[in-house]
Amino acid sequence: MGKSLRVAYGESLVKLGAENEKVVVLDADLAHATQTCMFKEEYPDRFFNMGIAEGNMMCAAASFASTGYIPFASTFALFGAGRAYEQIRNSICYTNANVKFAFSHSGLSVGEDGGSHQSFEDIALMREMPHMTIFVPCDPSETEKAVMAAAKINGPVYIRVARPVCDDITTSDTPFIPGKANVMKEGNDVCIISCGLMIHEALKAAKELNKGGIQACVVNMHTIKPIDKDIILKMNKTCKGIVTLEEHSVIGGLGSAVAEVLAGHGGAKFAIMGIQDKFGKSGKPDQLFEAYGLTAAHVVKTCTEMLK
Amino acid sequence: MNYDLKSKELRAEILKMLFACQSGHPGGSLSCVEMLMALYYDVMNIDPENPDNPDRDRLVLSKGHACPALYAILADLGYFPKEDLAGLRQIGSHLQGHPDCTKTPGVDMNTGSLGQGASLAMGMALAARHAGASYKVYAVLGDGECQEGLVWEAAMAASHYKLDNLTFMLDYNKLQIDGSNEEVMSLGDIRKKFDAFGFECMEVDGHDISAVIKALKTPVSGRPKFICCNTIKGKGVSYMENQYSWHGRPMNAEEFAVAMKEQEAV
Repeated sequence: MGKSLRVAYGESLVKLGAENEKVVVLDADLAHATQTCMFKEEYPDRFFNMGIAEGNMMCAAASFASTGYIPFASTFALFGAGRAYEQIRNSICYTNANVKFAFSHSGLSVGEDGGSHQSFEDIALMREMPHMTIFVPCDPSETEKAVMAAAKINGPVYIRVARPVCDDITTSDTPFIPGKANVMKEGNDVCIISCGLMIHEALKAAKELNKGGIQACVVNMHTIKPIDKDIILKMNKTCKGIVTLEEHSVIGGLGSAVAEVLAGHGGAKFAIMGIQDKFGKSGKPDQLFEAYGLTAAHVVKTCTEMLK
Repeated sequence: MNYDLKSKELRAEILKMLFACQSGHPGGSLSCVEMLMALYYDVMNIDPENPDNPDRDRLVLSKGHACPALYAILADLGYFPKEDLAGLRQIGSHLQGHPDCTKTPGVDMNTGSLGQGASLAMGMALAARHAGASYKVYAVLGDGECQEGLVWEAAMAASHYKLDNLTFMLDYNKLQIDGSNEEVMSLGDIRKKFDAFGFECMEVDGHDISAVIKALKTPVSGRPKFICCNTIKGKGVSYMENQYSWHGRPMNAEEFAVAMKEQEAV
């Protein structure tokens, strides 16, 4: 039975809170959407609602970190990475403050709320800041591991949390080593590098491709920064094509991060699948993925054409 | 301590630093000298031998561009050698153009991006409260800075969480880069605004150290404190006083000589 990544996030925070009393949680009036309300329920004195004031929440988190706490600050991706960008830059990353951000409602899968709330820019914004680590978990199990790993890193960590309910495609035994991607399926014709919910589509696409005789490898790049350069360069040698897939703008996200590694290396053909410099709109997530060209069928088409 | 002599000595250090690097912000550095002196030479519980002492009181210089004043005081207190002051804003120096707590001993928090210091100070006070720690947090704000919405987000939170371990001090010199507050974006009755946000408000002559100390030491309970310190931008250098053009302008050799002469003890 699946559950949403944000519920997994809330549960993980409660678990972490039991293990480490230095963990404090801040939210900006979205505790019931980000699911930090679970932590509030369990540890009310370690939960701080900062109201609808994201910039102020980030500075408060920086100060908690400066006195030895491990603050987790949550809101929607757009208001965290977007509105509070400069507070994150100057008050957190610049001093390498030990603040964790888990922003929910990232990407196209936000659905009905529409373009004002669908963040396609957050990875780009967070990725360019020195000291930042970025995790994009693909399922509830990996979300828990990302939260636990974030708490062990001394410095800012962004966990990108998608809104929908999804099934586990990893298990509690699947390793989660920051900066080391997981190969979810082997193959040496084309390599699909993806992250977050899009991994589910990548796996479906790989199955389809297999039927047509194309062996697709699927790499779960759960850490966008620091990115696993070794696996990208290895796939560049072993596969004829590399396709990246993300529910984020093609400008500045996973695809860009992979392109930065590949630059100057030659080798495999390369394509970036994501949102093509457009804003979002309202609709059911499935309808939106169809409209923006991010379904398994679109991945199959891109891979097939690339190998022609 | 003879505060009068000390303030002249500090102003001379500030002028030397700014003249050496031919950049930086004289006007706003000179206006908050006495406010910082009140904090560092009397009110704050500090430990220059051990700058990271977890029990120390904290100062967040939210108007970070006034850091030459802070650096002069920190050097005077022995946080780092006085010779370091000559390196202000220059490559290889720990004295950055805006305060950097990762580089300079005694700097409690990075500032420079206006508004963030108010919010950071509020967060420190909240963290202290949560930890059951007894240290106090002071923030020195600029008046132009109060045009930032973040200051008011911080003020709202400070009051909501009843942070009586937090004091905001306003360096109210009434001038900013483009002109007077009144011309650029009027602050209205700033004291009433903080009062409406739930602060215990006081008003003093920001160059009268004993008055500043008295206000800082006035106990408050259950709410944060706001001290409106009326100051003069460029204070202590005749041709800079009340001139917004001296917000961020380097002195030439002649101007520097005149300014230094004015710091000599009578």
